[in-house]
Amino acid sequence: MDITKIPVVIVELFVYLFDVIPPFLPQIMALTTPIALGALCGVLCERSGVVNIGIEGIMLMSAFFGYLTGFLLHEQIGSLPALIAGVGVAVLVGVLLGTIHAWLSITIRADQIIAGVFLNVFALGLTAYLNRLIITPSGRGGAGQLPKFSLPDQIEDIPILGDVLSMFLNQGPIAMSVLVFVIGLQILLFRSRWGLRTRAVGEHPKAADTVGIDVIRLRYRNVIIGCALAGLAGAFIVLESTGSFQNGMTDGRGFIALAALIFGRWTPVGAFLGALLFGAATGLNIMVNTVPPTSPELREVMLSIPRQWYAALPYVITIIVLAGVVGRSIPPAADGVPYAKEARA
Amino acid sequence: MTDAGDRDQLRREAGGADPLAGAAPQAAQAKQSAPRGRGPRNVLSQLWRSGAVPILSILFAMLLGAVLILASPLVTGKEFQLTLPITAYGALVEGSIGKPELWTAGNFNAISNTLVQAAPLMFGGLAVGIAFKAGLFNIGVAGQFLVGAFTAAVVGSNLAQVPTNFAAPISLLAGAIAGGLYGFIPGYLKARTGAHEVVTTIMLNSIAALLLAWAVADIFRDPTQSFARTADIGNARLPVLFGRNVHLGVPLAFIAVFIIKFLLDRTTLGFEIRTVGANPNAARYAGIRPVLILTLTMVIAGVLSGFAGSIQLLGLIGFYSSGVSPNVGFDSITVALLGRSSPLGIMAAALLFGAFRAGQGLMQINTNGLVPIEVIDVIQALIILFLAADIIIRRVFRLRAAKGALEGEVRTVTQSWGEQVAR
Repeated sequence: MDITKIPVVIVELFVYLFDVIPPFLPQIMALTTPIALGALCGVLCERSGVVNIGIEGIMLMSAFFGYLTGFLLHEQIGSLPALIAGVGVAVLVGVLLGTIHAWLSITIRADQIIAGVFLNVFALGLTAYLNRLIITPSGRGGAGQLPKFSLPDQIEDIPILGDVLSMFLNQGPIAMSVLVFVIGLQILLFRSRWGLRTRAVGEHPKAADTVGIDVIRLRYRNVIIGCALAGLAGAFIVLESTGSFQNGMTDGRGFIALAALIFGRWTPVGAFLGALLFGAATGLNIMVNTVPPTSPELREVMLSIPRQWYAALPYVITIIVLAGVVGRSIPPAADGVPYAKEARA
Repeated sequence: MTDAGDRDQLRREAGGADPLAGAAPQAAQAKQSAPRGRGPRNVLSQLWRSGAVPILSILFAMLLGAVLILASPLVTGKEFQLTLPITAYGALVEGSIGKPELWTAGNFNAISNTLVQAAPLMFGGLAVGIAFKAGLFNIGVAGQFLVGAFTAAVVGSNLAQVPTNFAAPISLLAGAIAGGLYGFIPGYLKARTGAHEVVTTIMLNSIAALLLAWAVADIFRDPTQSFARTADIGNARLPVLFGRNVHLGVPLAFIAVFIIKFLLDRTTLGFEIRTVGANPNAARYAGIRPVLILTLTMVIAGVLSGFAGSIQLLGLIGFYSSGVSPNVGFDSITVALLGRSSPLGIMAAALLFGAFRAGQGLMQINTNGLVPIEVIDVIQALIILFLAADIIIRRVFRLRAAKGALEGEVRTVTQSWGEQVAR
């Protein structure tokens, strides 16, 4: 390709994205959902001062047990109840692993990153082990997928508003709930007593302790609630998005969630926008193949890029984000530092 | 609890300040763990103190693994077998060291397999361990390994007709250098921008896997093969020195252990690495440039991982295709943690994990598939758990809170999380 055409192609790329993204918003939202829920888990943990890199493992473990529940129950109690039970089990697994992480990080004061590595390795191993023992030999399928809501055509056809509405409402129940969690957490974190306390504990636990906030208890609670959300992300992956389980299917999304969290400067809305960026980057490949660009130059470039490059794009963006190209963001001051009442600060 | 916490805190600070005082780590450890008196008894007790927690972690993890093995026939609806863990672990041992009948017949294949599996883990464990010394958590061994293996495969296949004495070392070094370059990226980003290496290395692992999958499918594919793989490495294959498959990479791994030990204990660079790991600010004050040291440490780690990939490819596999050695990445982390990031500890831990990986296949076969190989991953995770939460083990066995390198070095990893930008 002629080098002088590069600026033209870049302009065309933006025009193309502007055209192609609106109809794909529901799909992008679906790709965003697990990352956003994982990032919210990160917000809850890190705002109260606990680093959690085990989100990936929690998502995987919840996904497996959520799927397993549906897989075991759907013939007896029907598909929908089995799916709902699966979501419940996934969230419970999230709570359980969250409790383990909280115990390791807060009570035992183990290294929080190693505790996270434990969760990730444990999840990879145990799910693959049980998958090979239970699911693979049976040859049966799972409980299917949670039903999706769809808006009437008249509403979808409204310009802009229709696209936005269908992004959030042409979804299954878990993806639909993401916006509620994001806005709810944003308000709670910055406008409620709990939020003030959480932020205080994440910035200066000693000061929070002296005014009578139970640092340990608050951290436990936040980590466990956060990990319940990571469990919900796992449920989304198997019970709403794909309807099947493969080993290691979370595919680094728990780590991308951490990048979204940093991108969003530890706020729920920011983390959601970060997750949306990664969701869109993940969806680019689908978009290019379904609706190729109309201009010949851009079409040639976009279609000649191998699919593995598209797949690597979110990871590359993650690194760029972390390297601070989007501006520097400052984590809570006590992030990752275990709290010991009598220790010198 | 809080009292113990205080003591921990003090000890950490004491340990952290040590490298500045110029003490070798052994001396530092001795000071930490055995403040009263010196002598042969103290050497033994020091060995016990640094080795007890890792050894007991392994035993605890295997015990819990046995519980999982016992429970697994129940979830599959098969009969409960009390002897299943014994069968499984027996097969694991047989697969990794063999048995007397085979030895007397001159068959040492099992031990050969263990050594061959352990060699890349030694390199990988050193790659994680040396990064720990500088306060970095290198989760990127998997990616650096792939880059090294791929480069070795491509260079090797181009030198397939050249004499081995020339082809093998060139391919080996090419892989190591490529790994080093790939390690440079997270090191430089960490040092310059504060991008935390835990996330960047994980991302780089995925990027390496995807881009190399593309490269092997679209560019370097051998058209005569039925699946996407590189051409045969021919003469670049590392010579087999003894046994069935003990190739040149195995002694190289042992040599690397001692080189890194020398580097860390006896050279200025090693001292600077440890100082930066203990306290970057103090290091800067002492005239050491943390940016340079952090980057250099990650390059060294990358070179080591690259060697792991090269020897695995040139000594064992012979061609690159997607999904070569999926376990090396996480295994290396466990090996480094288990060896408390000391080179000799890493050597021992790598031999153990080499044995696990060499024996896991026979375990699955001898138990008729009732115990899949993934149980090793579960045991591995449990080992990490007990190492991270060694207070559990210390409580049970009433061990004094004498810690090896783990805490002193690793603590900076989590603390640096908050430094994402703080500098």
